[in-house]
Formats: sequence, structure tokens, C-alpha cells
Amino acid sequence: MRMLRAGRWITVVGLVLLAGVYVRALAYTPVEQSQGLAQKIFYLHVPAAIWAELAMVFVGLASVFYLFTKDPRLDRFAAASAEVGTVFCAIVLTTGPIWGKPIWGTWWTWDARLTFTLFLFLLYVGYLLLRGAVTDPAARARFAAVLGICGMCEVPFIHLSVYMFPTLHPMPIVLKPGAPSLPWSMLSTWLFSLGVFTLLYVGFVVQRYALSYLREQLEAVGEVGHA
Amino acid sequence: MPLPDLLRHSWSVAAKDLLVEFRSRTAILSVAVFVVLVLVVFNFGRDPTAVSNVDLAPSILWVTFTFAAILALNRAFQLELENQALDGLLLAPIDRSSIYLGKLVANLVFVATIELIGVPLLALFFNVRVLPYLGPLAALIALATVGFVAVGTLFSAMTVRTRFAELLLPVLLLPFMIPPLSWAVLATGRLLAGRPLSEIVGWLNMLAVYDIVFVALALLLFPATVNE
Repeated sequence: MRMLRAGRWITVVGLVLLAGVYVRALAYTPVEQSQGLAQKIFYLHVPAAIWAELAMVFVGLASVFYLFTKDPRLDRFAAASAEVGTVFCAIVLTTGPIWGKPIWGTWWTWDARLTFTLFLFLLYVGYLLLRGAVTDPAARARFAAVLGICGMCEVPFIHLSVYMFPTLHPMPIVLKPGAPSLPWSMLSTWLFSLGVFTLLYVGFVVQRYALSYLREQLEAVGEVGHA
Repeated sequence: MPLPDLLRHSWSVAAKDLLVEFRSRTAILSVAVFVVLVLVVFNFGRDPTAVSNVDLAPSILWVTFTFAAILALNRAFQLELENQALDGLLLAPIDRSSIYLGKLVANLVFVATIELIGVPLLALFFNVRVLPYLGPLAALIALATVGFVAVGTLFSAMTVRTRFAELLLPVLLLPFMIPPLSWAVLATGRLLAGRPLSEIVGWLNMLAVYDIVFVALALLLFPATVNE
């Protein structure tokens, strides 16, 4: 219960700070010259995208260690991280078209990066569906771990393909070899937003973890009650 | 377990599956009919003055192969559910990896048979020149097929024991099928359009890397899907 409360507090702080990101991005950060106001979405889109991908990597790492140790905590963490990753991936997939319409003139294009973000989302959906389709907890954890590891190994392929295909998508400007090509006023807002998204990820995962722990306890009690 | 034994055992598993399929011929016939059906339907749905054969051929080819593969993959472990045959297979004194390899080989032979039917039919119905590029095309099809059949065989071992087996496999497999498939479709298009081979070498390399990564991964992970 203490963990659930801690998760709630982290999330609340994260949400308040998220409002701060909006204020800072809209009022205190210079407007980008060629893209105008649409560029503001960058401060939400990119941090969400980073965490959508990282969440999958964490699912994979937790899965690897789960198969060795069979520690149920790792399985619970993987499930929590996958659910939060799904939400962040959905944020990326909704903010992207909102930016794309004014800048590219189209909501969606079959660009390598967009396509593979969609598949990352489908990967998450498949992972959650698989968890829902297996009733035996031990089998569920093992199957989910296998899929999680495969998913983690697919992320590099997704990432590499961005550099292989001709793309309309803006190239990385912060996380790239060499220094970020962004003025400090924008970079600081972006870093602030990245911090807030990190906080939100942690908050959501802690809450989700605590909830599935409580559910397991409840199920254990229920089984005893039935017997 | 020494390598010759591993290969011998996996061949026994594959031979058993192929024998079952060869005796009944139910799956291969239904897929072969489906391939013919797709090729015919695509032919009628196309305006020949607007879309040239060569532009459409790669997509048709890979739609048929993908469907054939999913059918084969769903069958692979469904077969073992009857009379608890899977338990028997797991009790056999052989390495778990050889069960996976055997299933993989049987699935690959199944899909390759479909591909052997599909490519000549495509060349015939759509008047696409295949012969000059037969070598590279075969390599391309083989590399792409190994990639997604390897992942699919691993997943089908899990999905048969879930609540909606035949529905779940395509859902899980889709994100893993698309990267090799998209490279394969792009490369097939270039190949059939008569572009120089150097243009598709990059895709062939990516497919080879994908195959190596996922076959190795599946071999390592398969025991986790069947151990109780």
C-alpha cells in the first residue's frame, strides 16, 4: 500500500510539472523560425518517444533476468513497463500526426520512422494481449518474457532502419554524434520535459507494479477462501 | 549435446511432421488453392493500363507467402495437441533445441513448397520475367522466409496453449514479420524491375543479420516456452 501511495505522489508531482512544461514551452521558449508554433510539439513528442522505446528495452531486460531467476517481481515490473510504454507510444502516435498535418500537409505517411513506431505500438499490444490470453501465472510470465526479449531485440532493427530508408522525418538533433544543434533556450525546455516524462514513467510504473502485487495477494487469498 | 546428434534428432522431428503432412496433404492443398485464388483475384482487381505487372508483383508474391507461412505455423504445434503428442515429444530423450529446429525445418519445407508453386504461377499469370533473376530472387525469398518463420515457430509454441491460439499468432507475429517483409518487398521490386544487384545487397545483408539474430534467439528461448 505504501508503494501505491508513493507512486501516486510521484505521478501527481509529474503531472504538475508537466503543466510547467506547457507553460515554459509556450511562453518562455523562443518560437522556431521555419515551423512556427507547431514545433512546440517537439517538447512532448520526443521525450515520449524516448520513453516508449526505453520502456520496451526495460521489458526485455527484466524478461532476460526473469528467465534466469524466476523472480515474480521482475515479471510484475515487465508488465508494468509494457503498459506504460503502450501509453507513451500512443502519445507519440497522436502528437506526431498533429505536427505532421501543418508541416508535411498530411496526417500520416508511410515513412520508415512512422511505420516502425506503429509496429512498436503493435508489439506492445501483442505483449499485453498475450498476457491476457494465458491463465496460468507461471506460463504467463514465461511466455511474456520470451516475447519481451524478442521485442527488445527488434528495437535496434527498428532504430537502424530509420537511417537506411529515405525519410521525411526530422533527423535527430539532440541525441546524435557531436553536440546538440539546438540553442540552449530550447534545449533546456526539452531537457526539463525529458525529466518530467522520466518522473511520469517512474510514477506510473510504481503504481502499476503495486496494483498487480495487490491483485496477486487478493487472488491468493481468494484461492484459499475457495478451498 | 553434440552437434551431429542435435541435427539427427531435429531431422527426425521434421521428418515426422513432413510425413504427417505428406500422408494427409490437407494443409498444403488448401494453401496451394489459396495461392492460385489470390493470383487470379489480383489479376481482375487491377487496371492494366494504370498499374504495370512488375509494380504489383512483389506485393502479391509476399501476400501469398505470408499467408501460407501463418497457416503452416499455426499447424506446427496444433498437430501436437491431439492425444497429448507434445508431452510425448517433450519426454523423448532429446535436446529441446532439436525439437525447435525440427519444427523450423518442417515449417520451412512447407512454406518453400508454397513458394515453389507461387513463383512460377506469378511468372505465368502476370507475365513477369523471373528467369534472369532466379538466383538472387531465390536467395532473397529464402533469407526473408527464414527470418519470420523462425520467430513464428517460436511464437506458435506459445500461442497453441493460450485461449485464442489461431487469432493470437498473427497479432504477435505482425511486428516481427514487417521488417523482413518490407525489406523483401522493396528488394523484390528492384530485382524484378531489372535494377543492378548492388542496389539490393544492403537489404540482403539486413535480412541475413535478422535471420542470424532471431534463429539464435529462438533456439535459446524455445526451452522456456515448453518447460513446465
